[in-house]
Amino acid sequence: MLDADFFRRWMTATASSVDREADRLTALDSPIGDADHGSNLRRGFTAVSAALEKEAPETPGAVLVLAGRQLISTVGGASGPLYGTLLRRTGKALGDAAEVDEEGFAEALRAGVDAVMQLGGAAPGDKTMIDALVPAVDALPDGFGAARAAAEQGAEATTPLQARKGRASYLGERSIGHQDPGATSAALLIAALADAGAEAGGE
Amino acid sequence: MKMLINVAETVVADALRGMAVAHPELAVDVENRVVVRRDAPVAGKVALVSGGGSGHEPLHGGFVGPGMLSAACPGEVFTSPVPDQMVRAAAAVDSGAGVLFIVKNYTGDVLNFDMAAELAEDEGIQIAKVLVDDDVAVTDSLYTAGRRGTGATLFVEKIAGAAAEEGQSLERVEALARQVNENARSFGVALSACTTPAKGSPTFDLPAGELELGVGIHGEPGRERRAMMTSGEIADFAINAILDDMTPRNPVLLLVNGMGATPLLELYGFNAEVHRVLAQRGVAVARTLVGNYVTSLDMAGASVTLCQVDEELLRLWDAPVRTAGLRWGV
Repeated sequence: MLDADFFRRWMTATASSVDREADRLTALDSPIGDADHGSNLRRGFTAVSAALEKEAPETPGAVLVLAGRQLISTVGGASGPLYGTLLRRTGKALGDAAEVDEEGFAEALRAGVDAVMQLGGAAPGDKTMIDALVPAVDALPDGFGAARAAAEQGAEATTPLQARKGRASYLGERSIGHQDPGATSAALLIAALADAGAEAGGE
Repeated sequence: MKMLINVAETVVADALRGMAVAHPELAVDVENRVVVRRDAPVAGKVALVSGGGSGHEPLHGGFVGPGMLSAACPGEVFTSPVPDQMVRAAAAVDSGAGVLFIVKNYTGDVLNFDMAAELAEDEGIQIAKVLVDDDVAVTDSLYTAGRRGTGATLFVEKIAGAAAEEGQSLERVEALARQVNENARSFGVALSACTTPAKGSPTFDLPAGELELGVGIHGEPGRERRAMMTSGEIADFAINAILDDMTPRNPVLLLVNGMGATPLLELYGFNAEVHRVLAQRGVAVARTLVGNYVTSLDMAGASVTLCQVDEELLRLWDAPVRTAGLRWGV
């Protein structure tokens, strides 16, 4: 079973990983975007860590709702609303249970990913964060490690695609040949989930 | 890359502090990142709120004042502001007559303003929204993010701002803003990439002797790269791209806009070429504005925006405006 502490660890693991990888995310964002994805997410997840320390929400749902709200209030751009919605909607789908099982979490995360697709109007193959998130959710029944691998593969598979959503879409065919920064950061989020799971003593 | 900054993290806040002391007629909330005209809310007047990433100065904070915006929310460099800023701005300027959000068509701006509109409406503020999408360099289809909002933003903010100043209704101000956008088209070129403070190096490589055609205002590369062209050839290319997309029957407003690092000497020369091409194509120019208005940090290059106007729009364009970045008739 996954408790609030697990979800706090997931969020802080994401914050450290985004902090560590911020320059790489920004570098990926330079040729097809505007070179700020890393710094924007770092600002947001730093705020998430600070808020979780201050408020210490007691349920898994409350942890994610708080994290999502922080992202919406601090990130800006498209990443703020999209990542904020992902976490908020996942958190809301978890309800006020003190603990959730992995199956329940997988269902909630799918609800979160669906909400992101609806908000951003993106589908798999559009070269966005969705290309990492959808395979991760599909793989989740096989464990966090499987989800991590699926998300990373999904992110890498965005390289040959032509972007159809977000700022990279303005480049048309010139967006081909670059890995999508949003899919890459989404893979970091899922990898942090696996890290939090490993820390809990199993996958 | 050398920049006149302290550290990248405080660039926007530092600029707002400087703006506050330069323009006491503005109320600048540095912490919450909202720029408001000091006499707001003005009783009975529709309020106009816009905003977007920083790095495009004087857009948007420089267009706050009588005859134009009521408030602006600057985001991080090239990053849209967050809903909290927009809600705060709307609450500060709403007199009860409603607020028009002027939103440039970028995924981030659209999503954040949509969220803000919902939150502001929860607080009892009537919100209308207009989306600016004038850039003909971008393919507009169901499967893309659609055209970018660029130079036409200035026309929308000025003309809708004048209508609001006259006391016109929210419905009418919104309709005028839409009319301006529907009649405006832009095309931009870059001679160099720009450098964001966070990254500290140019956002894309543009070799000497080449230029990017169809760039936006965020340092994202354009659709096509060619060997450097003369000012006259660029004017031909840009106007042709615009006129492939619109056939103005009335006179147009013309904006020849610098991207930040192109001197006025070059912009005026380019403006002469733009006028030459427009005359050849039989397009009458009612008013011309030349300068750095919708910039892209230190990018060299220019954009051209045409907006077809009728008598009403022209009258509103000529109406007095008093802002840091645009000022006439007062």
